Amino acid sequence: MARTALPGRLTWRVATLSSLHDETATARSLVFDVPGWPGHLAGQHVDVRLTAEDGYSAQRSYSLASATDGDRVELTVQKVPDGEVSPYLGDVLKPGDQVELRGPVGGWFVWRPTDTAPVLLVAGGSGIVPLMAMIRARRAASSRVPFRLIYSARTPDDVLYAAELRRLEGGLDVSYVFTRAGGQRRRIGVADVNTHGWPADFQPDCFVCGPTGFVETVADILVALGHEPRKVKTERFGPTGG
Amino acid sequence: MLSAGPTPRIPLESWQFAITTEAGQQHHWSWLELLALPSQTPTVDLHCVTKWSKLSTSWRGVSLDVLLEEVETAADFALAHSYGGYTTNLPLEDLLDGQAWIVYEYDGAPLPPEHGGPARLLVPHLYLWKSAKWVRGIQLLLEDEPGFWETAGYHDYGDPWREQRYQGD
Amino acid sequence: MTYVDGNALAGPLREIFAVDLTAASGQCVACGQTGPVAALRVYTSAPGLVARCPGCDEVVLRLVRGPSGAWLDLRGCVSLQIPL
Ligand SMILES: Cc1cc2nc3c(=O)[nH]c(=O)nc-3n(C[C@H](O)[C@H](O)[C@H](O)COP(=O)(O)OP(=O)(O)OC[C@H]3O[C@@H](n4cnc5c(N)ncnc54)[C@H](O)[C@@H]3O)c2cc1C
Ligand SMILES: [Zn+2]
Repeated sequence: MARTALPGRLTWRVATLSSLHDETATARSLVFDVPGWPGHLAGQHVDVRLTAEDGYSAQRSYSLASATDGDRVELTVQKVPDGEVSPYLGDVLKPGDQVELRGPVGGWFVWRPTDTAPVLLVAGGSGIVPLMAMIRARRAASSRVPFRLIYSARTPDDVLYAAELRRLEGGLDVSYVFTRAGGQRRRIGVADVNTHGWPADFQPDCFVCGPTGFVETVADILVALGHEPRKVKTERFGPTGG
Repeated sequence: MLSAGPTPRIPLESWQFAITTEAGQQHHWSWLELLALPSQTPTVDLHCVTKWSKLSTSWRGVSLDVLLEEVETAADFALAHSYGGYTTNLPLEDLLDGQAWIVYEYDGAPLPPEHGGPARLLVPHLYLWKSAKWVRGIQLLLEDEPGFWETAGYHDYGDPWREQRYQGD
Repeated sequence: MTYVDGNALAGPLREIFAVDLTAASGQCVACGQTGPVAALRVYTSAPGLVARCPGCDEVVLRLVRGPSGAWLDLRGCVSLQIPL
């Protein structure tokens, strides 16, 4: 397996879990120490690889949750019941344990502090993770670009980064859509996006992230509201349910 | 559940299965014609190339021996075609002698679209990618023609006991 | 079966290429639609990765990773324009 990496190409690197904290009853943030981490852009992700003793390995993608901070890499994992990888990262992994990481990767679903257009972030469930990285990168760069976040979660108890999002921050508006609160079921709709997003005339950069079905719905709404498809960047996490 | 694309939904009224010989002769069956043929209920183990094996799965369908009975051919190879565009190649002899079926029931219920319904090919002695879901026909060929995964590195034959996953294995 | 965005190809492709290809723009052979690799529809629950055109669902790119190499099929793509 030991093959010398060509410069520029990415290989797997070892990451050591340094700390963890629960975000909700079913999601946990993991902070890894990755020596030589090159830094990353908000919105990028890593691939995580787990290898069992018999050599069987599984890999999954996880978004980078924080702005660049030295060798420190933070992920937030929502546990998918019966999942192969997420319950292991969310329940079993403890400080000092190691996994393999490949990244940072992705050059499309990214926000750069040099970008100037207003930003609309629409998150479904754990889709908040890369969008939170954008909010954190904005703060770290003291950017004045106006941000709006529409965050759809099952109930208030399922909101990730709840305390941090409650803190008032100039230029960041946050609104919530709860899909299972108070015994009712509802989905994000045109009215939510129209009321809490930006008018299409402002030509905002839109970032939509979450379960595949959610992203599909929101991207269709944005295009129907007149946003240019190329200004609507999406990151689908996979099957609906999360 | 393996899937390389969107799940095709084929109305049973327009569903058809066809065997085409190397001479271009076509034999085809409508949905009701397929159901009218004598069926078998194989219970078999499945081997997926990605990781798992699933033991003792039970199916109902028509043996390829029945479907190929009237077909005149000198072909040595077969290329299965599916609704949705998928293809996979096999030696014709691996479809004969009670080794392969066109199945339409799984576990006593109609085969759902996600599992390849209304009907799929079942060739349990080879890796599962050879058991084409949503099958719509088999083309008989004098020369081997690689299918969807076989043109992208996967093994032409795919014997799980010899772990023939990739070309060169 | 459901799919993810072409963004998910970033890691597997960066194992092969020195630049990010998901921000590259390509044209679909089947229908002529152009767009970034990041916007393709990627099916991952298969023996390899299959990326399809969001306009017509035809296969644009396939990537199979074996134990000692990779197979990359780009025949569904007219050309890739890569920002450098
Ligand atoms: C680019 C990218 C970035 C991602 N970033 C994050 C992130 O920051 N945080 C995070 O928690 N996840 C993220 N994901 C999703 C993550 O990669 C895994 O898909 C997820 O953790 C489930 O993996 P698993 O092995 O536990 O489940 P699997 O064993 O793959 O699946 C088990 C069962 O759960 C279903 N399932 C699979 N994925 C999901 C899902 N996302 N929601 C609900 N049900 C599902 C499957 O259909 C299956 O039935 C990202 C995905 C992509 C493509
Ligand atoms: Zn197309």
